[in-house]
Amino acid sequence: MFFDSDLLMSALRALTPILLAALGGALCERAGVFNIGLEGMMLMGCFTAVTTSWFTGSPWLGVLAAALAAAAYSLILAVGAVTLRGDAVVLGIAMNLLAVGLTGFLLRTVFGVQGTFDDPSLAGLPLVGGFSPLAYLAWAAVGVAALLLSRHVWGLRLRGVGEAPDAAATLGVSPTRYKYAAVLVSGVLCGLAGAQLALGNVTLFSENMTAGRGWIAVVAVMLGRALPLGVLLAALLFGLAEAAGFRLQGLGMPQQATDAAPYVVTLVALFLSTAQRRRRAAARTRTRTTGVTS
Amino acid sequence: MASALDLARIKGAARSRGAARIKGALRSPVTFSVVAGLVIGALFLVGTGADPLAAYGAVVSGSLGADGIGSTLTTGTSVLGMALALAIPLRAGLINLGGDGQMVLGGIAAAVTGLYSPLPAPLTVVLALLAGVSAGAAYAALAALCENRFGVPLLVSSLLLSYPATSLASYLVRYPLKEPGSSLPQTRRLPEGVALPAFGTSTVTAGLVLVVLAAAAYWFADRRTAIGYEIRMTGLNARFAAYAGVERKGLTLRLVATSGALAGLVGAIGVLSFPYRFLDGSLTAPGYTWTGLTAALLAAAAPLGTVVAAFFFAVLQVGGLSMERTTEVPRELTQVLQAIVIVFLAARLRFPRLRRRKPQQPQEPADPAPTAREPASQGEFA
Repeated sequence: MFFDSDLLMSALRALTPILLAALGGALCERAGVFNIGLEGMMLMGCFTAVTTSWFTGSPWLGVLAAALAAAAYSLILAVGAVTLRGDAVVLGIAMNLLAVGLTGFLLRTVFGVQGTFDDPSLAGLPLVGGFSPLAYLAWAAVGVAALLLSRHVWGLRLRGVGEAPDAAATLGVSPTRYKYAAVLVSGVLCGLAGAQLALGNVTLFSENMTAGRGWIAVVAVMLGRALPLGVLLAALLFGLAEAAGFRLQGLGMPQQATDAAPYVVTLVALFLSTAQRRRRAAARTRTRTTGVTS
Repeated sequence: MASALDLARIKGAARSRGAARIKGALRSPVTFSVVAGLVIGALFLVGTGADPLAAYGAVVSGSLGADGIGSTLTTGTSVLGMALALAIPLRAGLINLGGDGQMVLGGIAAAVTGLYSPLPAPLTVVLALLAGVSAGAAYAALAALCENRFGVPLLVSSLLLSYPATSLASYLVRYPLKEPGSSLPQTRRLPEGVALPAFGTSTVTAGLVLVVLAAAAYWFADRRTAIGYEIRMTGLNARFAAYAGVERKGLTLRLVATSGALAGLVGAIGVLSFPYRFLDGSLTAPGYTWTGLTAALLAAAAPLGTVVAAFFFAVLQVGGLSMERTTEVPRELTQVLQAIVIVFLAARLRFPRLRRRKPQQPQEPADPAPTAREPASQGEFA
């Protein structure tokens, strides 16, 4: 059997980093900040997690440090895009580049190695019931984010700030504060995503190890229309593509074909989703003009 | 992207000559970003226990000295090619992030043409260049179609398409096109004579001439043609341009295809010069795409500015290697420096005005440039 419970399990394992990062991206999107720096924030999380775990011997401290470091890193976007009103797209691209350069530089100055740092005594996260503890955290975060955005006053204000910052400001809700909060929370979530990647999925750091997962998370935000449950489904799709890729590799497919699979699947899903949205919009317009419901 | 370019260009139109222009250039966010990048780089150097002056000296002497200039021009060929590739759509506010995939496909197309073309060597070289250009353009056009037809933003579609392209190239040189008996993932060496002519014994090839010609063509199109005007107008205000009759989708397709064509050209040049074959990763590992994007952003996509910025980053990239040899500071520092420059540039920080305060109301309306709050970030190069 190709599709079995093992495949689903490995898909669920693969989706955790994407899900965490995409939830952060969704919060930013809702607050009106286009965050494409997820990749860089994740990579900073990976490096901090590995470094801290290595020097303290505790993967938990690694997770904590990764969350803090990525949140600090996300301040670049918060200050640059919110306070200084710079271009969020350019800032995001620069943050991704900076993270690659910075982690490569630190990898060589701190560990004296190039490419990959890998040591058997590097402590990774333990598995609880077959999953990393951060996987449970990610699922819980989906629920929390969904409730927050739809039910809690903070979530409503956050959405208000994203949709009409001037109106929000008129009502006494500071757009700056909510945007900062969204970006910082996305930093924390990306830090956790990085920790999961470097101490959960594998136990090592290698240059540019996020390998486009932050971009997949950006696409997951679009695909899921910045809704927590939508983002979960989009991340699950990516997780399935990655897991299926590994399975096919085991069946003799070349690694290059399976490497490319998640990106192709994501792109196709994006096509279908926008095509469907357009059809619906067109149908609505028709209904409105003819007055006939289909 | 649009906002930074907008202001830069609107104010650029109002710039005056001479002293005001120099003053504006010195106070521009570009100068601030470059100086800030160098200062933060120096802090990093001090942090690792190196002497910043010695390190920066090694960057300059290693890249511009007699031993390094050839290498700088070779690297500069690729960096300038990619910078132009990214600048052309950027001029209209579009960002093509798929440069790696387009470049690699251009390289593969050139390698296949070079290996299997039955024509005489000089014609094969031309054919290989054309194959590279076409492959890059066609693949980039696919990303543009994703935006035009399916509503997937170009930024995302171009980047996502890049990964399968690099995977495909990697697969091809590992299996069907692999050099028999070699342990490296590479194609066979191109036949004798199928190479771009080099200058003397250096590694600098006619590729540099091609890329400089492309830059000149871009400058001419930007300054002197209707399409150049349409592009700039779209970059300034896409809705206004559309209202004035610029056909947005067609423009996107043409710009992104041109961008891909240049990326493909860089790939083809890379294959038709040393090591005269397609080696997996040799085109993407030096990060030409990202360096090129950085250069294009720094120059706000202005033609001459892009050339200057590309040269600057080529100096940094090559000099970084000699800095690593002499001071043992990892060369990744130059990548950090590049990114910091763009972070500051995107945040549009500038040196504070020293002499007089910013007037609350314009006091000299007849002479807007010296008091312009936003001197053209493209103006000082163009």
